Amino acid sequence: MTKFEQELKNNNFLCSHCTTCDKLVWPPSDFCNNCFSDVVWKPVSRFARLIEFSRKDNEYFCIAEFEENIRVMGSIQNSSNLKINQPLFLVKCDYDGIERFVFEPVLTS
Amino acid sequence: MRQVAVASGGLTRFTKNDLSLETLMVSSVKQIFEKTENLEQKDIDVVLISTNANDKYLANIVSELCGISPKIAHSIESLCNSGTNCIVSAYSYILSGLAKTALVIGAEKTNSPGLVLEWDKSRGQYKHPIYWSSMFTSAHMRKFGTTSEDLAYVSAKNHRNALDNPYAYFDREYSLQEITESKNLTENVRLLDCSMSCDGSAAVLLTSSDIATKFTDRPVWITGIGQKSTSAGFTKNDDLTSMKSTAYSASDAYQMSGRKPTDVDVAELHDAFSICEIIELEDLGFVSKGQGSSYVHQLYDSHDRRINPRGGLIGAGHPLGATGIAQTVEICQQLQGNAKKRQVDGAKVGLVHNMSAAATSSTVMILES
Ligand SMILES: [Zn+2]
Repeated sequence: MTKFEQELKNNNFLCSHCTTCDKLVWPPSDFCNNCFSDVVWKPVSRFARLIEFSRKDNEYFCIAEFEENIRVMGSIQNSSNLKINQPLFLVKCDYDGIERFVFEPVLTS
Repeated sequence: MRQVAVASGGLTRFTKNDLSLETLMVSSVKQIFEKTENLEQKDIDVVLISTNANDKYLANIVSELCGISPKIAHSIESLCNSGTNCIVSAYSYILSGLAKTALVIGAEKTNSPGLVLEWDKSRGQYKHPIYWSSMFTSAHMRKFGTTSEDLAYVSAKNHRNALDNPYAYFDREYSLQEITESKNLTENVRLLDCSMSCDGSAAVLLTSSDIATKFTDRPVWITGIGQKSTSAGFTKNDDLTSMKSTAYSASDAYQMSGRKPTDVDVAELHDAFSICEIIELEDLGFVSKGQGSSYVHQLYDSHDRRINPRGGLIGAGHPLGATGIAQTVEICQQLQGNAKKRQVDGAKVGLVHNMSAAATSSTVMILES
């Protein structure tokens, strides 16, 4: 397993980060995709923004965006009245041969 | 630009069978040798192979099975647009002067390793293509009011067109109602909105301009090429109502050929799913954004075959590595006036659009008689 996969399995969403460019490098890599510097591993915010969604049977799946940069597909639990751009929280991430991201809507009053 | 010609093409029926990948490939090459005047094995300078299969040294293996000892032989893989990538490479070998002839051969088996993209971390657990298709569909529905019925029109039109394609996987018509009532794989993608993975093969012979007429009296010229790779991972196409790589490649292909969308008489579009054809019609400039669906209704109602005359991927089947080459064979037949019942009258300018992995890369070619 790669560092990324190991951390994901421990429910830590880490991504490669370039300190020279001050940016997250996605997909995870050992080098910055802008300046080719070595990267460090940095936790990604657990908060995301809903970009798009659909449903298979009763399970909602979506594209969510972290830190205005990283977009991944994941499932949404406790979903009702989903709206594009609404905030999501990464409840759980995992790795069992494939990457798993589980989101929940952030309730706003 | 009349420097590289497609001189001949061959196909096998798209179906599910037990034939080996090599046998499928040799079968479409056999057709080229049978129908092309003055063509002998010693004339072939380049053999390029398009497939997602993991076989090694396949171009050399197939060359040997065909009795060809080419100067250059290798495989080219780029998922679903491997076929047109292969044609573009053959074009370049000829234009560089390294070769005068190139045989481009594509084939795939139903259980292709190119179907599920395990390496794409951004897809999370949703590696199957129905999920990206669903994301495009949701976005287009939200922004442009595209309906589930609009999607059914794409599938109905392409299945109907495939009825006159003797090499197509499907050989029956599907009504709008049957499509609408077919099994929902996701909320907005139904079984009959999907292209079918299958076994199949296609091949084309490319030649330099000075010898094209040795092999055919109706060469088809490749006059424009555009290719663009925006990323490998699915989620970097910012606007899900559009396919960025397709718009880029179309622009380059039109510019190189000096043609514009209104010059195109007949086109093969990569309709991996119903929503794809609607978005592509828009991104290739045939209609403005949001008008793709009403254009498909119009094509369906008037029995107009100019878009996907052989039935597209939805009607003809989608053997990944063969698809872009089969699309090219169709456009060549159209421009040579050989498309029989599928013929678009007076077609002189054709377009091939072939893409990969949720349109993270695209190829567009303009062909002219
Ligand atoms: Zn950097």
